Amino acid sequence: MGLLEIQRLSLCFGGIVALDKVDMTVQKGELHAVIGPNGAGKTSLFNCLCGIYRPTGGDILLDGKSIAALKPHHIGKLGVARTFQNIELFAQMTVIDNLLLGRHLHMHSGPFSGALFFGKALEEELDNRRKVEEIIDFLEIEKVRKKPVGTLPYGIRKRVELGRALAMDPRILLLDEPVAGMNLEETEDIARFVLDIQEEMGTTIIMVEHDMGVVMDIADRITVLDFGVKIAEGSPVEIQRNPRVILAYLGEEQ
Amino acid sequence: MRSKTFRESYREDIKVFQTLWVKLWLTTFVAFLLSVPLWADPYVIYMINLAGVSVIAAMGLNILTGFTGQISLGHSAFVALGAYTSAILATRLGLPFWLCIPAGGGVAAFFGILLGFPCLRLKGLYLAMATMSFGVVIEYTVTHWESMTMGVRGISMPKASLLGISLGDDARFFYVILAFVLLLTLAAKNLVRTRVGRAFVAIRDRDIAAEVIGVNLTQYKVISFAISSFYGGVAGGLYSYYMGYLHPENFTILLSIEYIAMIIIGGMGSILGAIFGGIFLTVIPDVIKAFAELLGQHLPFLQGRYDEEWNIATFGALIMLFLIVEPTGLNGIWGRIKTCFKNWPFTY
Repeated sequence: MGLLEIQRLSLCFGGIVALDKVDMTVQKGELHAVIGPNGAGKTSLFNCLCGIYRPTGGDILLDGKSIAALKPHHIGKLGVARTFQNIELFAQMTVIDNLLLGRHLHMHSGPFSGALFFGKALEEELDNRRKVEEIIDFLEIEKVRKKPVGTLPYGIRKRVELGRALAMDPRILLLDEPVAGMNLEETEDIARFVLDIQEEMGTTIIMVEHDMGVVMDIADRITVLDFGVKIAEGSPVEIQRNPRVILAYLGEEQ
Repeated sequence: MRSKTFRESYREDIKVFQTLWVKLWLTTFVAFLLSVPLWADPYVIYMINLAGVSVIAAMGLNILTGFTGQISLGHSAFVALGAYTSAILATRLGLPFWLCIPAGGGVAAFFGILLGFPCLRLKGLYLAMATMSFGVVIEYTVTHWESMTMGVRGISMPKASLLGISLGDDARFFYVILAFVLLLTLAAKNLVRTRVGRAFVAIRDRDIAAEVIGVNLTQYKVISFAISSFYGGVAGGLYSYYMGYLHPENFTILLSIEYIAMIIIGGMGSILGAIFGGIFLTVIPDVIKAFAELLGQHLPFLQGRYDEEWNIATFGALIMLFLIVEPTGLNGIWGRIKTCFKNWPFTY
C-alpha cells in the first residue's frame, strides 16, 4: 500500500463534476506528476488533499488513515505541505517571516510566552530561525531574506513559496505548477530543487505541471486527468505513448 | 553617521532595539516622560494621561484590525466593559484598583472571546456590522441596567491608591498610566514579532494559505479578539479611575469610530502606529478648538460657532485623507523620515 491512497474520489460543485471517482496511489519517496488540460480537476484534487475542499465522495488515506474530513491545519500537522498555482505568500512580511510561518506547527509558544519573549519562546525563535536559514541557503535566496515578499520578482516568489512549504518539514509536498510562467533557466533551477528535495530530504512529491518537458524529465509516475476523470497512469514513457492521453491533448485526427 | 549595522548572531538580529544609540535615545525619552509631572502644566499632564488611555485602546484594536485583519466597529464596547467592571468592583466590593483594572481587562477579554466565536466566519463589511451591533448592545445595556450600572446617573469612582499612597491627582495617576502603556506596548511588540503575531498577519494577508501551513483559524481569531478586548478593557479601567465618573454617553459608537480613526491615521498593523494615532487624535480636538477660536477672531460669522461636531467632521476628513494619501499612516511618514536621515547625505 502506498503512503497516500486516493480512492474513488469525487467532488461536485452543484451540477458540475470536478472530480469523478479518481483513484490514485502515491508511493513513499515517489515524484508523482498530475497532468491534464485546463479544467481537468488537478487543482481541485490538490484542494481536496489539503482539506480546502471536502470531497463529496470517496476517500483519501494517508498511512491508511482517512484525512478527507479533516481541516487544513490538521492535515498540515500530518505532514502535508503545498504551494499554490497563484502564489499565496504573505506579501507584507519578509522572506524570513514567511518561512518562519512555515515553522508554525513546529513551534509552540502561545500569546503569553510570546508577549514575554523570554526563555523558551526566545530559544524557540532562534532554533527555528536556524532551520529557516538552512532552507534559505538551500534555495539560494540569501540576498532577499529581509525583503518584504511583495517587492520580489515572480520567479523568486515562487521559490520563497517552495521554501515556506519546505519549512513545514513535510512528508508529502504538493506543488501546484511550480514552473508556470518561468523562463528556461528558472525552470531548470526549480526542477533541480525539486529533485534535490526528493533525493536529499526523502520527501514524497506530487506535482501538477503543464510544462511537459519538466514532467517527462523528472517525474517517476504520471497520472493524467481529463474533465475530472483519470484517463491514464504510468511511467513517463508509457504516458507519452498512451492513445487516450494523445487524444485528450491533441484532439482527434480528422 | 550610522548606515548599516553588522550583526553576528540571530539573537542580535531579532532584537527590537538594535543599537546602543536607540537604547540611549529611548532611555532618555522615558526619563524625560518620568519627569513630566514635575514641571508640566496640569493641562499637559491631563492630555498625556488621556492620550495614554487612548494609546492602550488603539493598540488593542490594532492587534485585531491592523494585524489580524478583522474589522471591529465595536471596540468602545470592550472599553465600556472594562470601565464598568472596574467601577462596579471598586464601588460595590471595594476592591483595590490594582485588582479592578486587570479584572476589567479580563471581563472584556471574556466577552471578546464570546463575540469572537460567532464572528469567525464573517469578514469585511459583515464583521463590521456584527461588531457594531455588539457595541450597540453593550451601550444599551450599560444605559438601561440601572441596578448594576446606575444608568444615566453614572458611577462616581473612588480614588485609586496603592500601598496607602493616594494616586488620586493627575500627576500621580500619570505614572500609573505610563506604567501600563510601557508594559502593554512591550507585550504587544513582543507578541507581534513571535509565532502568534505572525499567525495573525498570515490570517490577515491570506487566510487560506495560513490554514494550509497549519494556523488554526478559529483559535487564532479568537485569541486576537481576546487580546484586543483585554487591551480595550484595561484602557476602560484606567479611564474610569482617571476621570472619576462614568457615564454611558462616553461609550457610544462614535468612540469606536474614533479608535478606527486612530489606527488608520497612526498606521494599520504597527505598534508605533497605535501610539502615534492615540496621541494625535487625543490632541486634535483641542487643536481644532484653538483653530476655531482663532478663525472666529478674524471671521465674525464663525465666532462662538465651535462645537463637538467639528471634531467628528475632522476625524472623517482625516480618515479619508490618510486612506488616500498616506495609507501607512503617521507610522509610514515616520519610517520615511528615519530612512532619509539614516541614508543622509546619500539619496538612497
